Amino acid sequence: MKNKVAITGNEAVAQAMKQINPDVVAAYPITPQTEVVQIFSSFVSNGQVDTEFVTVESEHSAMSAAIGASAAGARAMTATSSQGLALMFEMVYIASSLRLPIVFPVVNRALSGPINIHCDHSDAMGIKDSGVIQLFSENAQEAYDNMIQAVRIAEHPDVLLPVSVNFDGFITSHALDVLEVLDDDTVKSFVGRYQPEEYLLDAKNPVSMGNFDMYDFYFEHKRQQVAAMEAAKKVIEEVGKEYEAISGRKYGLIDAYRLEDAEMAVVVLNSAAGSAKGVVDELREKGMKVGVLKPRAFRPFPFEAVQEALKKVKAVAVLDRAETFSTLGGPMFADVRTALYDLKNDIKVVNYVYGLGGRDLRLEDVEKVFGDLADIIKTGRADKFVNYLGLRE
Amino acid sequence: MTPFNRNFGQGRNTKAVRLDMNWKELTKAGNIYEPGNAATYETGDWRTIRPVWNKDRCIHCLICWRYCPDASIISTDGKFDSFDYKHCKGCGICASVCPVHAIDMFSEDEIDRREEARKNEE
Amino acid sequence: MATLKELAKVEERFVGGHRLCAGCGHGISVRMVLNAAEDANVVVGCATGCLEVASTIYPYTAWNCSFIHSAFENAGATIGGVEAAYKSLKKQGKLDKDFKFVAFGGDGGTYDIGFQSLSGAMERGHNIVYVCLDNEAYMNTGIQRSSATPMGADTTTSPAGKVVPGKQQPRKDLTAIMAAHNIPYAAQTAISNWQDVHRKAKKAFDVEGPAFINILSPCPRGWRYNTPDIVELVKAAVETRFWPMYEVENGKWKLNYKPKKYVPIEEFLKPQGRFRHLFAPGNEHMIKAIQEEIDNRWLALLERCGETPELPPK
Ligand SMILES: Cc1ncc(C[n+]2csc(CCOP(=O)(O)OP(=O)(O)O)c2C)c(N)n1
Ligand code: SF4
Ligand code: SF4
Ligand code: SF4
Ligand SMILES: [Mg+2]
Repeated sequence: MKNKVAITGNEAVAQAMKQINPDVVAAYPITPQTEVVQIFSSFVSNGQVDTEFVTVESEHSAMSAAIGASAAGARAMTATSSQGLALMFEMVYIASSLRLPIVFPVVNRALSGPINIHCDHSDAMGIKDSGVIQLFSENAQEAYDNMIQAVRIAEHPDVLLPVSVNFDGFITSHALDVLEVLDDDTVKSFVGRYQPEEYLLDAKNPVSMGNFDMYDFYFEHKRQQVAAMEAAKKVIEEVGKEYEAISGRKYGLIDAYRLEDAEMAVVVLNSAAGSAKGVVDELREKGMKVGVLKPRAFRPFPFEAVQEALKKVKAVAVLDRAETFSTLGGPMFADVRTALYDLKNDIKVVNYVYGLGGRDLRLEDVEKVFGDLADIIKTGRADKFVNYLGLRE
Repeated sequence: MTPFNRNFGQGRNTKAVRLDMNWKELTKAGNIYEPGNAATYETGDWRTIRPVWNKDRCIHCLICWRYCPDASIISTDGKFDSFDYKHCKGCGICASVCPVHAIDMFSEDEIDRREEARKNEE
Repeated sequence: MATLKELAKVEERFVGGHRLCAGCGHGISVRMVLNAAEDANVVVGCATGCLEVASTIYPYTAWNCSFIHSAFENAGATIGGVEAAYKSLKKQGKLDKDFKFVAFGGDGGTYDIGFQSLSGAMERGHNIVYVCLDNEAYMNTGIQRSSATPMGADTTTSPAGKVVPGKQQPRKDLTAIMAAHNIPYAAQTAISNWQDVHRKAKKAFDVEGPAFINILSPCPRGWRYNTPDIVELVKAAVETRFWPMYEVENGKWKLNYKPKKYVPIEEFLKPQGRFRHLFAPGNEHMIKAIQEEIDNRWLALLERCGETPELPPK
C-alpha cells in the first residue's frame, strides 16, 4: 500500500487531485500554483481522469464555474494563489453561503502591492472570514494528505462547505520532498462518490439556488453557516482518524509539538512550523521547556484545542506571516489571544510578524523569539506585544 | 408573528418554509425546493386598472397570452379562458396588443365603487 | 412554426407572482425564450439585476425549473460550470437525463461587468444559450447608464443637465462583438415580432455549442413611456433601424427585417421621457448625431449581410 516518492508540493497536490478524480476542475494559472494546473491538464489530456477541465479566463470565473458545477451536482475543484484568490474573493463568500463543498488548494503567496511572487499568508488571511474551511500544511506530505481529507470534510452532510488547502508557495510548492502517496484504489474508496441531496441536474426535483434573501431570512441562513463551521471541528477530527487508519499518519485540528510540559510556546502555520520544531529540539537539549503549536485548521478556529494545548504555558509567541494593518498585530495573534483570555492564567501572549513577501524565517529568528519569551517570564512583563522578525529596523 | 414578515406580503407559507421557522428549520442556504411557488404570492393587489374580457369580440388568437409579462392570461385548449387576477398587475399590455379590442381596462376604484353601489341597492 | 395555440400548451417556466414592475419587458422576454425550449429539461442561470431580484425573493421562486444565481458579473462562467458538470456526469454515466442551459443577464451584467465572463464562456464553446435582456441601463440600482445606453439618454449617471444633454457616447454593438467570437449562433431580436424571438430562441437551444441572443427589453420605469405601449415602442425601435433584427449563423450574417421606408429616429425617441430633453431648442445637434450614427451602422450592417448598402426611401 505504501509508496514513497520524491516530488514537489505542487506535484503532490496534483497527484491527490488525480486520485480524487473530480468531475469538474476550473482553474487559472498563477505563480506559484501554476504547476498544479499544468500537471492536472496533462492528466486530462492523457485520459488519466474523468474530469471536465474548464480553462476559464480568470479566477473569478474559476470559482464561478466551480460553483455552477458543484450546484449542478458535480464534485468540483479549483486552485489558486495570491492575486487569484483576491480576484476570487467575492465568489469565495458565495461558494460558502451556497454551502457547496468545493475543495481548492491555495498555494500561499504575498498580495500586491508591491507585486511579489513569494510566500506569505496574506492571500489566505483575506478569506479568513468568508465561511470556508482553511487547512494548513507543513510540507508536501501534509498538503497531499489534506487534499484527500478535504473532500470528505467538505462533503460531510453536517458541513457542506468549501475547503481550502493551504501550503507555502515555493517553500513547499516547488521544493522536492520525500513523501508517501496512497494507491489509487485506497483514495478512491476513501473519498467515495459525491451524492448531493439537492442539485440542479435533478430533473425530478428542480431547485432554485442563490435566491434573494431579505432581512427576514438572511440572518438565519448566516447562522446555519456558523453551525456548519462548528460541526466541521468534529468532522475534521473524525476524518483525521479514518485517514490515520489508511495512512498511518495522525491528523487533528492542531499539531501540538512537545507542549506537554512546555513553559513557552510558539504558534505558527505551515512550513515555518517545521523550522520551529527543529529549534525546539535544540533548545530542549539545552534544558529549555519549549514547544510548538501548529494549527492545522485555522478556520474554523479550534480555540478549545488551542486552550487545552496552551493552558499550562507561561508565555506564547504567535508568529503571523501576514499583517492586518490594524496596528494590533497579525490575524492569528488576535484569535490565539482571544482563546487564551478566558483561561485567566495570566499567560503572556506576544506577536511576531515574519516572512512577508517570502523573507526567510531563520533558525536564529525562532531562537530569538524563545529568548524573548524567557525574558518575559523572568520579568513578568511584555511591553511590546507586536514585533517584526527579520526586518531591517 | 415576527415583525420581519414583509416579504411574505400577500404570500402564504410555502410547503417547505413557514414564516416563524428558526434557523435550524429553514431550508439550507436559502434554497427553494418548490419550483414556481411564487404563484402562491399574489401580486394582484398592485393593480390599479383591471383588464376585462369581451367574450363576444375575442377571436382567441392568444396574442395577449404571448405578451403578458406576468403569465396572467389563462388559456385552455388553445383558447382564451380567463385572467388570473391574483397575479395580473394591470399593466394594460394585453389590451394594447389585442388586435380586435376584446380587452378593456377599467379603474379598480371605479369597479369597487360600482360594486358597492350595486350592493347598496340590493 | 408552432402556433400560439400550441405554444400556450407548453408548461409555463416563469410564473406569475414574481415582482418585476407591472409591464416590465423582462417578463415578456423571458417567457418567450423559455417557451421555445418546449418540453426540454432546462437549467436557468441569471446575473444579478431586476430579473433575479424580482423572481427569487425567498421563499418564493418564479422559476418552474432549476435555477441558479451567484453574482452579477459571472452568469457566463456560472452556467458554463453547470454545463461542464452535465458533460462530465453524462460522460461518466452518472446522469441519464438530457438538459438545456440558458443564462439571462441584463445589459449591465452582459455588456459591461459580465463581459469578460461571457466572452470566456463563448470562446470555450460551452453548449449554452446566453440571453441579454437589454433595457439600456442599470435599472436595478436606479437607472444608471451602461455601455448599452443610447446616446442622448437621460440616466441617473448621465443626467440631462444644463451643459451636458444626457449620455454622450453611442451604444456598444455587443451583438456584433459576440458574432466576432465565431460562435455557431448570435442574433438580435425584438419582442414586437414574437415569431422572430421564438424562432431565434429555438435555434439557439438547438444548435450545438454556444449561442447568444440580444433582446431589446424595455423598462417602463427607466425609459418613461406609457406602459401599455411596449410593443409599439419596440416596433418603432426596429422601424427606425435603431434595433435591427439580424442573425449570424456559422459566420453568415443575415438581416431578418428591412423597413420599407425611412422612419426618422424621433419616432422612437419621442414617446420616451429619457429623451425628452433632446427635443428642447438647442439640442437639435444631438438628434442629428444620433440619426447619423444609426444610418452609418445600418449601412455597415447591410454590407455585412450582403445587402445593397442603401438607406430606405424617405
Ligand atoms: C460586483 C457588483 N457590482 C455592483 C452591483 C450592483 N448592481 C446590482 S444589479 C446592477 C445593475 C443591473 O443592471 P442590468 O444588468 O442592466 O440589469 P437590469 O436590472 O437593468 O435588468 C448593479 C449595478 C453588484 N450586485 N455587484
Ligand atoms: S388578444 Fe384579444 S382576441 Fe386575442 S385571445 Fe386575447 S382577448 Fe382574445
Ligand atoms: S394587464 Fe398586464 S398583467 Fe394583467 S393580464 Fe394584461 S398583460 Fe397581464
Ligand atoms: S425597474 Fe424596469 S427593468 Fe426593473 S423591474 Fe421595473 S420595469 Fe423591469
Ligand atoms: Mg439593464
